[in-house]
Amino acid sequence: MTDWLEKHVPKLVLAPSLIAIFVFVYGFIGWTAYVSFTKSRLLPKYDLVGPIQYEKLAASPRWEVALTNLAIFGILFILFATVIGLILAIMLDQKIRTEGPLRTIYLYPMALSFIVTGTAWKWILNPGLGIESVFRDMGFENFTFDWLVNPDLAIYTVVIAGVWQSSGFVMALFLAGLRSVDGEIIRAAMVDGISTPRIYMSIIIPSMAPIFLSSFIVLSHLAIKSFDLVIALTGGGPGYATDLPATYMYAMAFSRGDIGQAASSATVMMMIVTAIIVPYLYSELRPRHD
Amino acid sequence: MTDHSMNDHQLDERANRNRLMKRIALRLGLYTLLILFALYYLMPLFVMVVTSLKSLDEIRTGSLLSLPREIDFSSWGKAWSGACTGIQCNGLQPYFWNSVLLSIPAVAISTLLGAINGYVLAQWRFKGSNILFALMLFGCFIPFQVVLLPMAITLGALKIAGTIPGLMLVHIVYGIGFTTLFFRNFYVTIPQELVKAAKVDGAGFFRIFFSIFLPVSPPIIVVTVIWQFTQIWNDFLFGVSFSQAGTQPITVALNNIVNATTGVKEYNVDMAAAIIAALPTLLVYVVAGKYFIRGLTAGSVKG
Repeated sequence: MTDWLEKHVPKLVLAPSLIAIFVFVYGFIGWTAYVSFTKSRLLPKYDLVGPIQYEKLAASPRWEVALTNLAIFGILFILFATVIGLILAIMLDQKIRTEGPLRTIYLYPMALSFIVTGTAWKWILNPGLGIESVFRDMGFENFTFDWLVNPDLAIYTVVIAGVWQSSGFVMALFLAGLRSVDGEIIRAAMVDGISTPRIYMSIIIPSMAPIFLSSFIVLSHLAIKSFDLVIALTGGGPGYATDLPATYMYAMAFSRGDIGQAASSATVMMMIVTAIIVPYLYSELRPRHD
Repeated sequence: MTDHSMNDHQLDERANRNRLMKRIALRLGLYTLLILFALYYLMPLFVMVVTSLKSLDEIRTGSLLSLPREIDFSSWGKAWSGACTGIQCNGLQPYFWNSVLLSIPAVAISTLLGAINGYVLAQWRFKGSNILFALMLFGCFIPFQVVLLPMAITLGALKIAGTIPGLMLVHIVYGIGFTTLFFRNFYVTIPQELVKAAKVDGAGFFRIFFSIFLPVSPPIIVVTVIWQFTQIWNDFLFGVSFSQAGTQPITVALNNIVNATTGVKEYNVDMAAAIIAALPTLLVYVVAGKYFIRGLTAGSVKG
């Protein structure tokens, strides 16, 4: 008995967490996927009826807005956060004397809740009292900056706040990458008289492909899950102009009482994330022989 | 002959001086850009602080970026103990303590589980353990919307819906993946010969953990605790989905204060409330930034 126990102790120790993960992650995903094929409204129903919830999603103008916004927000957020992060990292890598304090400043937004970030930017972008008034006071009397309340432009305010919060993090990733580039190659290139910009463009940046991938994964994952930022900044409005799949799902689940729509939209989100994460995890966890 | 070499020398010097000037100009441009970026990142924090110290009158008439004419701390007091989150007007205070009460046990339990799981997955591998690790890791990345509905039903069935222990359970379950990842990647760097030798000496699973692994773990414990604390303190989705009036965490209360529709819009109180909600995690970042960054990058770069 003690022998058996001794042999299986590692598995027994792991078991509670594994059971929890299997029930609360995989079991729950299964439940949501199943319910997305039922007619559930206020209460869950368990008779399968086919993909009617997905047909309803496809026909919903609000869902279309949510998907379009995800595309706009996702692309711009990833693009700007990556470019700014990379530029900051390269500039900080030039033997800057005040690197420590600067890095601390660039990265502190990552310590904040998206609700705090949203609250701050909602105030800064306030039409009337915010940035707009700063420019009007400077003499640009017709300057208007009302993106926050403009249905066509409000989604871009989410990009502004999101990039502000996350670009420092991308900088940290790239800076770590720059520090691990082989110094010998760079010194050799410099001896050959190749200019610094050329060295960056043709040697250093291409060698950081894995970091581009990592930051793409992290940022796209953040974009798909974005919920708090939208709620705090625009509340999904004006109307539902800044809805994202995450806020659509929440609205269906907790204010509209439409479990079927909530489950099907959550399942679509799950599929998007899976399409991005699974190949990444596979390549990261695959045993390497180098 | 001498004249000629003099000229050469002068030319050299001029070229050198030009190169030096160019270098200085470049450095100057670089520092200017870096400082401009720093101002951009600091601007929202600056605006929050100065707005929280102004009176409403000054906010309406003054400029967003100007310093307060006279410093007025009253909005901080109101944010802490008088602002309305709907019908209740007790400020952030009760919700601040809710978040404290929620995060301390949740951080402790998920860190402990992560340590022991990571120890098994790094040093006591068995057939299939790598696949189990991958399955746990995948749990970190799911969009949590996909578990909200069944979780709400489960919490109701367990009779802990809308309670702090219920929310704690949610944070522990979905935190295990990351805490396990941190400890597993840390323990994997410890040579397996050490465990083998200890086994020969008759030490068992727990003895080896407590006498060899735990004593070297403080750095990764700090990283994990900071990560979990930041995640749980800053969480909004679980908080807003699984709490009710009275048990809400601070992020939900902050959002309710800012979006309260009754009465005059008090921007100074909103900003003071936002700073109060941000202070604990900011403090952790300032005190232990190195560990904070290590946690951030550990999840995305293979260590």
